[in-house]
Amino acid sequence: MSNIKKAFENGKAFIPFITCGDPDLETTAKIIREAEKAGADLIELGIPFSDPTAEGPVIQGANIRALSGGITTDKIFDLVTDLRKDVKIPLVFMTYANVVFSYGAENFMSRCKETGIDGIILPDLPYEEKDEFSEIAEKYDIDMISLIAPTSENRASMIAKEAKGFIYIVSSLGVTGIRNEINTDINRIVEIIRKNTDVPCAVGFGISEPRQAQKMAEISDGAIVGSAIIRIIEQYGKDSAPFVGEYVRLMKDAVSNKL
Amino acid sequence: MSQSKGRFGIHGGQYIPETLMNAVIELENAYNHYKNDSDFNNELTALLNDYAGRPSNLYYAEKLTEELGGAKIYLKREDLNHTGSHKINNVLGQALLAKKMGKTRLIAETGAGQHGVATATAAALMGMECVVFMGEEDTKRQALNVYRMKLLGSEVIPVKAGTATLKDAVSEAMREWTSRIGDTHYCLGSVMGPHPFPTIVRDFQAVISRESRNQILEKEGRLPDAVIACVGGGSNAIGSFYHYIPDKEVRLIGCEAAGRGIDTFETAATVNTGSVGIFHGMKSYFCQDKYGQIAPVYSISAGLDYPGVGPEHAYLHDIGRAEYVPITDDEAVNAFEYLSRTEGIIPAIESAHAVAYAMKLAPTMDKDKILIITVSGRGDKDCAAIARYRGEEIYE
Repeated sequence: MSNIKKAFENGKAFIPFITCGDPDLETTAKIIREAEKAGADLIELGIPFSDPTAEGPVIQGANIRALSGGITTDKIFDLVTDLRKDVKIPLVFMTYANVVFSYGAENFMSRCKETGIDGIILPDLPYEEKDEFSEIAEKYDIDMISLIAPTSENRASMIAKEAKGFIYIVSSLGVTGIRNEINTDINRIVEIIRKNTDVPCAVGFGISEPRQAQKMAEISDGAIVGSAIIRIIEQYGKDSAPFVGEYVRLMKDAVSNKL
Repeated sequence: MSQSKGRFGIHGGQYIPETLMNAVIELENAYNHYKNDSDFNNELTALLNDYAGRPSNLYYAEKLTEELGGAKIYLKREDLNHTGSHKINNVLGQALLAKKMGKTRLIAETGAGQHGVATATAAALMGMECVVFMGEEDTKRQALNVYRMKLLGSEVIPVKAGTATLKDAVSEAMREWTSRIGDTHYCLGSVMGPHPFPTIVRDFQAVISRESRNQILEKEGRLPDAVIACVGGGSNAIGSFYHYIPDKEVRLIGCEAAGRGIDTFETAATVNTGSVGIFHGMKSYFCQDKYGQIAPVYSISAGLDYPGVGPEHAYLHDIGRAEYVPITDDEAVNAFEYLSRTEGIIPAIESAHAVAYAMKLAPTMDKDKILIITVSGRGDKDCAAIARYRGEEIYE
């Protein structure tokens, strides 16, 4: 059974995203431990990429800060090994296809299993290209997480049928970043997903406020937040952990309808 | 089971966000329909001939041939096209296609500004809105082209991210496309990116070799021994090669920008120094480190300053059908000056990379051999930068 399922057993899930190594790996480790304590159900760990084409300016900035600090894929695997001494919640990598491809997909997936990673999100790997990686991922019990976008209504059932772990519903057109409003008919997409799979689904892209998270979690199984957390890290740097913790607590309350 | 499309050997594919998948599928369907539509093709041919000035001349460079003392050299004069480069061939095709698809807005990336100018031109002609993304660094080296695009009614957005050059302009155009698909066509300028772009752009640029093949047969009664073109993403090169690919006796030679040399980090010679990777929607060769981080490449030529190469070139390299050779900044600048002096033709600094290799190759060949060099663009835009390279400050 997929370990990722556990993230959805504690009510609606709150899923924070953090770019590893922004501003350094020690801070990343502190933030992750703090986020788990504060109620995060699953954490997306971003492996920085030089040219993240699906990201808005905030996460682009985090990628640049991390890479200029000398972060590499190997150092991130070491971080995960250290985290797994005590961190119990599912951990999922979010990165770009080239990071996995250049490491060697087989090598990458086997390191994921060995260090305790549960899934991978590759935003530049659509359904048509996924077999290249998902067959290897399966061999090592790593879930390749599928994304469904506002433009995918006619593709949602096909994607959902083969989904593993959880489904990442992209709330809006465009790249990652904070948005005031989300206008996509998420209900309709969730309806299609439910008809085709029992894999849970969470909504991300553009969520920053507790009310938005609450609304998204009401119609799906959880909410994913990236840019708003990266903003906090941008502001507080090495001292970010307690501030991220506080934010995660607020957002977990929001998705659990305890505001 | 999923199925990958648009492969050239192991290269190509569609490595893009899910948000864009329906847009590329819609484009592929439209293209498959219109490419065999006689009205569309007649309209495009009329535009290419009456507006862009095709067919372009295949010019026998007699002085160049004599001075180099070897193979007979012909120049395929894409520099004589309207807007001054081969880019217009692809842009007229894509803009017409976009218009048939009901799109009202074109976005594009540009390096040297040639593709941006061509897109802005087509948008003006067809009454479409146009936004061009250009690396901030390139807006400085190619200020004249920025002005031309604005004059043509286009908005130019300087991209500050990353190395502020062509690759960042492509990334930003892709981001923009993700956020606005309904009315917008991404008019990609090279044989790169996700399927169907490498195929569409190649087909629209193949007019170069379709013409040159007929022209050389008419003038010489036989095929050339080699065809030489510069390669960044590779659109003029694939256009120059395409109709010769089945003619195994014709050598196909792509000239990459080696910058300060392929043994330095300041290079953009992707096939010579790169490795297989996945970026900008395609699997192909890229300049990158061992962790797959894309390298900050360098070339004096803004149009070749790109860390990747189109997937069909990667494939032609793999199967040994085409050769890819590195040309340094110094060699290209020398060729830029040499062709200007010898033939009275100022080539784009990009095209000068192809001329530079011909200068090495022609003298080693017998006089009854024939070379075709594609002069992909004209060099007016480069004069200020080359003057600076030679230590001379001039005002544009």
